[in-house]
Amino acid sequence: MADCVRLRYVIDGENFTSAGEASVKVKRSLRQMGFSPEVIRKVSVAMYEGEINMVIHARGGVATVDVYEDRIVIVLEDEGPGIPDIPLAMQAGYSTAPDNIRSLGFGAGMGLPNMKKYTDDMKIESVVGKGTTITMTVNV
Amino acid sequence: MNQKELQAGACDSPVTHSVTLDTEKCKGCTTCIKHCPTEAIRVRNSRAVIENARCIDCGECIRVCSYKAKKATYDKLEDFSSYRYKIALPAPALYGQFDELTETDCLLTALLECGFDEVFEVASAAELVSEYTRKYIEDNPDAPRPIISSACPVIVRLIGVRYPLLCDHILPVLSPMEIAARIARSEAVKKHPELSDSDICVLFISPCPAKVSYVRSPIGTPESAVTGVLSIGDFYFKLRSKMREIKEPSVQARSGIIGISWASSGGEASALFNDKYLAADGIENVIKVLDEIDNGNIRNIEFVELNACSGGCVGGVLNIENPYIAKARIQTLRKYLPVSLNRMDKNPFSEYEFESEINCDYVVKLSDDRHEAMRKMALIEELSGQLPQLDCGSCGAPTCRALAEDIVNGRASKDDCVIIIKEKLAEYYRKNSSAFKGKETVKKDDAESGGKV
Repeated sequence: MADCVRLRYVIDGENFTSAGEASVKVKRSLRQMGFSPEVIRKVSVAMYEGEINMVIHARGGVATVDVYEDRIVIVLEDEGPGIPDIPLAMQAGYSTAPDNIRSLGFGAGMGLPNMKKYTDDMKIESVVGKGTTITMTVNV
Repeated sequence: MNQKELQAGACDSPVTHSVTLDTEKCKGCTTCIKHCPTEAIRVRNSRAVIENARCIDCGECIRVCSYKAKKATYDKLEDFSSYRYKIALPAPALYGQFDELTETDCLLTALLECGFDEVFEVASAAELVSEYTRKYIEDNPDAPRPIISSACPVIVRLIGVRYPLLCDHILPVLSPMEIAARIARSEAVKKHPELSDSDICVLFISPCPAKVSYVRSPIGTPESAVTGVLSIGDFYFKLRSKMREIKEPSVQARSGIIGISWASSGGEASALFNDKYLAADGIENVIKVLDEIDNGNIRNIEFVELNACSGGCVGGVLNIENPYIAKARIQTLRKYLPVSLNRMDKNPFSEYEFESEINCDYVVKLSDDRHEAMRKMALIEELSGQLPQLDCGSCGAPTCRALAEDIVNGRASKDDCVIIIKEKLAEYYRKNSSAFKGKETVKKDDAESGGKV
């Protein structure tokens, strides 16, 4: 029996039109493992927001989803510019997204707040100029 | 049904589907497996096999098959000769099939003369559904938005199979066909008190085979009031010639612009008099829209009309005419018609709400047991990494990922992958090259000796 199933996705930062695809794949896999709709929705929203952030701000990255029976741990790692002021970035409505992205409806400044809202635990580790790692846990 | 035609994927689900395979015509190509929106088809032993639990009756495989090996099944009028009273329920799409049609009375009269005792337009019941929907949107501000139409049975099954989270978005009202059948039955009994319900058969004149499956396993009700489903195509020539002979139509049409407009995409949604709607048609477009709704990306939309066929019901595989031509004809036909001829006050609507839950079964679930499902998922991930990711379909599964799932579910083996088996053969040949050389010499000797004799 597997204690943990690891799902890994490379988020392509060059291609904005494919942003959000990893979230769809995670959703499909979680459905196949029979998780409840509520859990799947939480994971897919958190994952979607994180994925979009990585594409907008960090030229992509890697998403690792570790599925345990009692929890799902999402780790998003990028080598982007880093977040200088995390509490400011966590404020609803605060955004540094460029205008061309806003025209698609992104950049409302709800990415990080939504990730926190939809998960049971969230940790941000960020070094300016090096990159950001976000670890989120959804309890099953 | 012809003996050669086997009910595809005969016994893995209680739902009987409307697609059959002519095994002699099927070449085992990969066209259908690539186009199936629920990955329900595999090629096994050079023949397509449909997994019943996943099939949603969309008809894509019928449309794309180059060898015409996939066929829709439907009933024939002759099958119902034992009934005392036959009622025809023409679909709104029927009105778009004929080029010289200027009003529907003549068409409905011709249909009656094809061997029916009564004609009841599904378009009139559609007008009731439109009125119900307007009221439902107003009375249920807390119902999850957007509300999704329940009229196309393929869409409801697709949501059940692929989007279980969206089941509570589905408009809980029976389809216009089902409502038409119920009203037609009760009117017939009133008109002819000597008849009992079992004397009456109600036959839908259908643009699409999905309605055949609907009647066998209905949506929102345990039992359908429709007895059988006939094909528009089967009546086309008969109706054409009969219409020419009719001088004085004996049937008067009972539907207006709203009812007739249901034939094509956007007709149902535009009848809501609310501009916050979206209408999508064609299974691929529908899936994109459902993905967006599922991701919570569709906001400020009250109602979503989805049709599995391109163009809406006029795009069903049992029609004769091109869907866009049919749509244009319906636009002409509805001109000068009253907006609507059917009102809810005559028919108490609670009778037509869903009586049973929609079947939202996760057919994609690997196992009911979480341990087992996780074990399988770990294996699928591992196997996927070993497969070539070409998604060529040569193994009989639509994608490498689908093959990995089939292997883990015990339905295929890794050697079904042509790339893997080719590598294995090359490896085997390399290892045993000396033995092959030896054998070749033996063969050569044999041949030479054979030649000498």
